[in-house]
Order: sequence, then structure tokens, then C-alpha cells
Amino acid sequence: MKDFVLPDDRDLGTPARKGPPVTLTIDGFAVTVPAGTSIMRAAFEAGIPVPKLCATDSVEAFGSCRLCLVEIEGRPGTPASCTTPVAEGMVVHTQTARLKKLRKGVMELYISDHPLDCLTCAANGDCELQDMAGVVGLREVRYAPGANHFEDRCGEAANPLFLPKDDSNPYFSYDPQKCIVCSRCVRACEEVQGTFALTIAGRGFDSRVSPGMAEPFLQSECVSCGACVQACPTATLSEKSVAEIGTPDRSVITTCAYCGVGCSFKAELRGDELVRMVPWKHGKANRGHSCVKGRFAWGYAQHRDRILKPMIRDRIDEPWREVTWDEAFAHTARRFREIQARHGRGAIGGITSSRCTNEETYLVQKMIRGTFGNNNVDTCARVCHSPTGYGLKQTFGTSAGTQDFDSVEQADVVIVIGANPTDGHPVFASRLKKRLRQGAKLIVIDPRRIDLVRSPHVEAAHHLALMPGTNVAVLTAMAHVIVTEGLVDEAFVRARCDWESFQDWAAFVADPSRSPEATEKLTRVPAAELRAAARLYATGGNGAIYYGLGVTEHSQGSTTVMAIANLAMATGNIGRPGVGVNPLRGQNNVQGSCDMGSFPHELPGYRHVHDDTARAIYESLWGTPIDPEPGLRIPNMLDEAVAGRFKGIYIQGEDILQSDPDTRHVAAGLAAMECVVVQDLFLNETATYAHVFLPGATFLEKDGTFTNAERRINRVRRVMAPLPGLADWEVTQRLAQAMGAQWHYNHPAEIMAEIAATTPTFAGVSYELLDREGSVQWPCNAAAPQGTPVMHVDAFVRGKGRFILTDYVPTDERTGPRFPLLLTTGRILSQYNVGAQTRRTANSTWHAEDLLEIHPHDAEVRGIREGQLVRLASRSGETTLRATITDRVAPGVVYTTFHHPETQANVVTTDFSDWATNCPEYKVTAVQVSPTNGPSDWQRDYAAHAEASRRIAHAAE
Amino acid sequence: MSPEKLARMANQIAAVFAALPEDEAARNVAQHLNDFWAPAMRAELLDLIASGSGRLHPLVHAAVPHLRRPAEARA
Ligand code: SF4
Ligand code: SF4
Ligand code: SF4
Ligand code: FES
Repeated sequence: MKDFVLPDDRDLGTPARKGPPVTLTIDGFAVTVPAGTSIMRAAFEAGIPVPKLCATDSVEAFGSCRLCLVEIEGRPGTPASCTTPVAEGMVVHTQTARLKKLRKGVMELYISDHPLDCLTCAANGDCELQDMAGVVGLREVRYAPGANHFEDRCGEAANPLFLPKDDSNPYFSYDPQKCIVCSRCVRACEEVQGTFALTIAGRGFDSRVSPGMAEPFLQSECVSCGACVQACPTATLSEKSVAEIGTPDRSVITTCAYCGVGCSFKAELRGDELVRMVPWKHGKANRGHSCVKGRFAWGYAQHRDRILKPMIRDRIDEPWREVTWDEAFAHTARRFREIQARHGRGAIGGITSSRCTNEETYLVQKMIRGTFGNNNVDTCARVCHSPTGYGLKQTFGTSAGTQDFDSVEQADVVIVIGANPTDGHPVFASRLKKRLRQGAKLIVIDPRRIDLVRSPHVEAAHHLALMPGTNVAVLTAMAHVIVTEGLVDEAFVRARCDWESFQDWAAFVADPSRSPEATEKLTRVPAAELRAAARLYATGGNGAIYYGLGVTEHSQGSTTVMAIANLAMATGNIGRPGVGVNPLRGQNNVQGSCDMGSFPHELPGYRHVHDDTARAIYESLWGTPIDPEPGLRIPNMLDEAVAGRFKGIYIQGEDILQSDPDTRHVAAGLAAMECVVVQDLFLNETATYAHVFLPGATFLEKDGTFTNAERRINRVRRVMAPLPGLADWEVTQRLAQAMGAQWHYNHPAEIMAEIAATTPTFAGVSYELLDREGSVQWPCNAAAPQGTPVMHVDAFVRGKGRFILTDYVPTDERTGPRFPLLLTTGRILSQYNVGAQTRRTANSTWHAEDLLEIHPHDAEVRGIREGQLVRLASRSGETTLRATITDRVAPGVVYTTFHHPETQANVVTTDFSDWATNCPEYKVTAVQVSPTNGPSDWQRDYAAHAEASRRIAHAAE
Repeated sequence: MSPEKLARMANQIAAVFAALPEDEAARNVAQHLNDFWAPAMRAELLDLIASGSGRLHPLVHAAVPHLRRPAEARA
């Protein structure tokens, strides 16, 4: 395979501008740039680097260091090139005797207040101050020693200006003695991240960078995104890993394996040791930004808990036995075939992973459909976004979001429903906040007061704090307002949508029983507020809807998705930049795992198994018949297992025991099976019920692609060799071969070629294209060779957009005297999903345990104090955790996260699920909360079980 | 699967389409079951209907003529 050449990622000094072309002359060269560009950027683009310190192209110029001075013919003085825009015909000189002298003077001043310990500094060789001293030819510093910030003592006394190093953040340090007060960090925190955690306190010689109210970083509002670290030109803010290991000497562009934003990263290495992950500025999803997870939380890849050898055992109460790969494959293949011989072809199945690559997922479903010979394949998207697939397919004709992330830059009104982007999708949140600071309006629909409702320089115009479970009633009431107040974009609906379905829908929503006033009692959303929000969305310009699991994880999840689609169609907010319906996908490759045919009823590319033409494509290529009937979904597999008819399962990279609802039921299902095969990095919770463990590889150890929430196919590139010896796709291939499959893939690129050849929406995708373009959004085929940033532009994929009646059906899960509170669940920034990875990093500094949020009123009547251990019980089960008292949640509602296995919030969740997809109803459980002294029986029993079943009898070396 | 759970899932689907005219609703319920339920589950549902037990939404009954009969009783 051709080597991938890193595209140019030089710092061009100031951000790019859009505008008509302007031509000027710099040092005798003619340069043409868009109007509004700085002279500095124009010079860099012409290949003339102007010395600079306080400018960097991720933030707006500030003009404080005075190192970037230039001379312009016909203008007096020496303006700063970073803050001076270009003009037609301008003649600029960047290197004159006068400039040289001035710059040397500037540098001399800087260096006089900077320690001269370059040789032992972590940034040695990677420091812009050092570079600039060289560039301007600084050879001596003539100032006598005097007041400074870098010596801890002045003479006998302590130096009052000296501030000690702040090592409070686990990943980066702040060493004030090296700070040149260029404010790049402050601007990065404001403009790029949008957290406003940093300020420059004091003036002149006294000015210092100050996190929060002069607190240590860890105690400040800092969310550890790393934007300031990246912006800092000196060693002041720098990664601890660089201080420990040394500067990196090679890099590979790859994609974050955490959330559905799919940030591109430059993995920087020394040899095969990863030194740091730096967000890639040409990444089209993240545009050079990142969050604490992707940027810093990769230590799990080397964690000692990783299992590197295959293991087997006959019974789950036995210790594990390490075996060779060959033994493991032969053993598993034999067990699976025996089960099929005894219990039928359909007695085994498998689960694909939303964390593995598209290529790996494709192979797993291929093995199940082709080699197992049934359609019992499902994926964890079942428990998160399966309603998105169903709902958007019904209305628009395709199971994916409509926009790219860049689209938010053109949105005027943004609705965020059931999502908490600052925690769940932080880089998208930063981009959204940037747009909101420019004046776009925000509507939040969420039971909880998420951070976006009010944070520095961002405030929601409306927060509709609905009762959990009433999404459909609220959205239908918004539709009622839009229809009855004449706010429908009739031209759009007539041209683009099925008129008859619109009329039925309009009559349906206009019914007075669906008005905000009529449903207020149920939803607890004040009718006036809801009306105002609906008007704003319908009339405020480009309206974009972003939603998350708070929409899908309900018994009416699919209906809610369709209600959202209806709203967007009725207001004409589809088919151009700045609008659209955008699911915020939880895991890195949920979109991809759905695209790749992970659902029991769908072949890759969302073609139903009933579809004879689609089946024929694979039948002829694979040389095996494919079952024309849908297979079992995860919850059905577990039900069938309990009933004794489903006996074996291959689970790649998922932890269903922790992530799926009603833990006891999952445990019972797994315990009833004869051969549970788990492929993962760690002995996860599910593995405590497994008979075969196949070690997995991290995203750093394999090639492939992930597809993010905007349908963007990003390359994952192998950074180091797989620690267990095989990448995950090789493991699946070897297992399939052991079961008789004739597969001979040598590289994931060949798997992608098969995907492209068989899936119309992927027809144009190849590794060559991805290397050339960086990434591409499907559909990518002859009609759209460069991919499709915005969908449904001239017509909906299904032709005419279809309105669907969305009747509100209350969930069966109701509160009552025994369980009077509603529990809803979510996630937080520093931890990821079941936490298997993030818990094995210093991210636990921020979130060491799951907490139960409870309103002060509910806490008081129960005698619950802050930090107290409480018992959380539902009709499914009970667990214990600590309470925290807050008015973020409304009275009657409690909230927790599910990142820690000790808590096992899913012991409490029920087996109720979405009517269409069986996506579990995580977001509504009736519970009771009471003070307690110790763990629940389940927690105690489970802890004992987990410990016993994780024993490994190491083979004698 | 427990008959209660099976009935609940079928009833949930019926409730969603209840706003449509009856015949259209019945067809939609049947199509949904044909498209998304494994044959084994449809067989169980048919058994449940045949046994007369289980409290099922009228639309589930109305959907029966449109249900695809599973080829093998237990896939
Ligand atoms: S790490 Fe991010 S949030 Fe923290 S101070 Fe730096 S830019 Fe701000
Ligand atoms: S910490 Fe770094 S980026 Fe911030 S002002 Fe100091 S030198 Fe500049
Ligand atoms: S976790 Fe999400 S937002 Fe954070 S770096 Fe990874 S892809 Fe980006
Ligand atoms: S780089 Fe222009 S003033 Fe600092």
C-alpha cells in the first residue's frame, strides 16, 4: 500500500478568511488571498514566515508581542502583520534593518524574564520562543538581573513574583515561570473551547495567566480539553507525557475511538511509544479541536489489565486457561457447530461493535449471515440509536443525520433535544457555542438543566424542562403551534413532501387535545414558553435540530424521531446548510455499525433481508444462501436463551451486561448459554459469563475506518502493532475460517473494496480516496464522487418526504406510591459509556463514581444529605450510590450516569423498550430513593461473582 | 419469551398505528411484525393468539391475516 503523506499543517499565524481575492506584494512576491486576511497569513501562504509569538492560526490575532512587525510602503511606522489586513496593491517588506533591530529588542526583553534552561526543558526543540530567538539572531541579553518571574528567590528573600508549577491536572502542567503572557491560551479557551476558564489577571509586568479565580487548574472550570496546551508557544502549558518521554519524532493521522464526533488526531510517537495525541487541524469533523477523552485518555491502551492471550474454560465458575490462538479458534468453532447440530442453525448469533471499524463490523455480520447461516446479528446501536434508523428511514428514506458539523456555523436557531453536548459530544458543543456567541438562538428540550442552558456567554432562549417520557407530546404540541398559527412553509411542503400525508398530519396535530395548553399538565412545560419556542424555530431563520439518547431511549423513541422529522419538514428546515435533523451518535462507530448491516433485518446499506435483489448480491459473492427472515435482536436473543433455545453468542467489543437494561435479565440470559465468546480489551463485565475470551486490539493497533455522526468515513491508521498479535478483523476472519469460511483478506482495504462493490451508497469509497480527501461523507458514488455533506438537497432519498402521525402513548412505566420518582440517565464528559477505557485512565480524577442527582425538596422529605449513600430501587432491582443535591433536576426527577460497574445503574432499569426497535427505555424508570448504610444484595453477590470468574490460571511459561 | 412481554410488545406496536383507519392500521402492524420480528417470535405470537390467552389489542388480532407464516416454526 502507498504510504500516506501528511498534508501540510504549518501554523499560518491567523485564521483563514472568506472574501474576494486581494493581491499584494510581499518581499517582491505577488500573493493573492481573500480580503480580510492578515498580512501575516498572506506572507506565510507565500512561504515567507514572519517572526511571531502571540499569533497562531487557531485563534484571532491579538497583537501584543510586537515581533511580527513589517513595513508597508506609503504607510508610516511598523504595523503588526498579524492584526493588519491586506489591501489591494500593498507592498510589504518583512525583513529590513529597522525591523531586525526592533525584533531583536523585543526578543531581548522576553528572554531577560525567562529562565535559560532550554537544554533540560520539556519543550526543547518544540518551543516557539527558542525558535524566535534563533530567527531574530538574538546573541546576547544586555539587561542586568532584576525583577523577574522565574527565580524562586531574589537574594535572601522569596521572590514575590514567582509562582510554583501547577501539576494539578493529571495530563498537563502549568509552569508560570516560563510564561510570556502572550494570551494564546486564554484566547484558545474562549474561542476554540468556549469555556472561558482562563484570564490574564493583573496588568503590565504583573500580568499572569490565571485559571478561574487564581485556582489550580483542576479546581477551576477547566474541562481539560487541551486547546490551551496546544496554543501555548512555550513549555508553560505542556503535556506531562512529553516531559516524561521526550519530544515525538514521527506522526500518524488517525481518528478518535471515543464518541460520534469522530475527531481526527495526529498520533505523535517516538519509536512505537505514543507520546501525545494532538487534534488534527485538517480534520473535517473537529477542525483542530478535541476533548479530554480523545486528547488525553488513551493510557488504557497500555494498561496492565489488558488481556493479551486467548483464554477458554468449560464453566464460568472455573478459572480461565490461556491457550494459543489456534486452540481458541478450533475450540470455539467446534462448540458453535455442536450447538447448531443439537439446537438448530438459529441457536447461535453474534453482536457487532460500535467501537470496532466498519471493516470489522462488516466481517462479523458476514460471518453470522454467511457462516453461521442465520440473521441473528445485532449491535449495541440497538440500545441507543436504533429508533433514529427506523424513524428517519420512514420519513426521509435514509437512516442517518442530514448535515455535516460545519453546518452549525450557518444555523440561526438550534434545538437541542435529549442531548447534553458539552458532556457527550464536547467538540460539537464547542462549535455550537461558537455559533451561539455569534448570535444564534438556542432552545433546549431536556428534563435536566444541562450546562448549555446557561454557561459563560451562552444562554438558551428557552429551556423546556419536560417530564421524562413526554417528548412526543411536547414535539406534537410544537407542531400544533406551527400548524394552527400558520407558520408552515407551505411552498416547501408542496414541492418536496407527500401532500396527502401532510394534510393528515396537519389535521392530526391541530386537534385541540394536542395543544400546549391541553398537554401542559402532562409535560409540565408552560404552554406560553412552548409556544414561544415553536414560533422561534419556525420563523427564526435556519433551524437545526440536534438530538441524542434522551430522544431515542424511550418506549416512544422511534415516534419522537419521526416527530422531529415532521417539524423539520413542516418548517422547510431540510436540504441546505444550517438546518437539518442531526442525531448525536454516542459511540465512535455507531453510524458505521448500522451502515454495515449489523441489524438482524438489514443487509449492509439498510437493505431489508426480504429484498431478493440485495440478498442475491451477497449470495453470489459469498457463495452461501442468506436467510430471508429477520433474525433475533439482542433482547430477543436473551429471552430465547432463558427459554433454552439460544445457546451460543460471539460478542465483539461490547459489554452488554453493563450497557444493556435490566442487568439481572441479561445475566440470566448469558448464564443460560453454553458458549459465550467475548472479544475485548479487558475482562469486562460480560466476560464474567464467558467461556471463550479473545483479546482485542485498540484503535491504535489496526487499520480501518470509523463513520461518525455526520456520515463521515474517517480513516483509522495503525500506529503500533497489535499487542495480542492479531487485529480484531483478523480474529473474526480466523474464527470464520475455523468454521469453514473461505476468506482471504490480507488488509482491511480489501474488505472496504468488498463493501464498496456491494453497497450502492459506498460505491465510490476506497482507501485511496480517503487518503486523498482526508475523509468523505456517504453517499459516495458516481452521483456524488466527493461524498455528500448535506442530504435531501433537491429531493428526499425516498422521493417525497412523508409526514407520520405521532400519537403520544404514555409509557407503561408509571410512578406510584412505591416508586414515586422518575429516574433518567446520562453521561458526563470525562467518562465514556461503560467506562471500560476511561476508568483505566486519569480521567477518573474528575469522576470517580456515579452520583445520583436529586432535587433539594425530594432529598429533604427523605432525609437525604449531600454525599450520603442512598438505595435506589425500582421494580427490577436495587443498587446503592451516593446522592448529590441539586436543582438541575426538577422535583420528582432523579438522574445518574452509568459509567461504573460497582453502581450498575442498569440493575434498576426495566425491560420496557421502544415499540419499533426494542431500544430500551433507559430514560424513564420509576424509582424510590432512601438513605442506606451499605451495598445492595445484588452489588455484594455480583462483586463476589465477578471476582471469582475473573481468575486466570496462567500457563507455565 | 414470557407471554406477557410478547403481548406487551405487540400491543405497543398496535397502539402506534391506532390513529390510522382500521384496515390500514392492521396492515401496518402486520408489516412491522413481518419486517422486524424473527419468525420464532411471530410463531410465538400466533400461538398466543390461537390459545386465546393474553390480552391483545384488537389491531393485533386484525393483523393476523396479513402476517407472514414462519416457514419453520423455530428458526
Ligand atoms: S484545557 Fe481547555 S478548558 Fe482547560 S483551560 Fe485549557 S482551553 Fe480552557
Ligand atoms: S501559558 Fe503559554 S499560551 Fe498562555 S500566555 Fe503563557 S506562554 Fe502564552
Ligand atoms: S471523545 Fe469525541 S469529542 Fe472527544 S476527542 Fe474523541 S471524537 Fe472528539
Ligand atoms: S504575532 Fe503579531 S503581535 Fe504577536
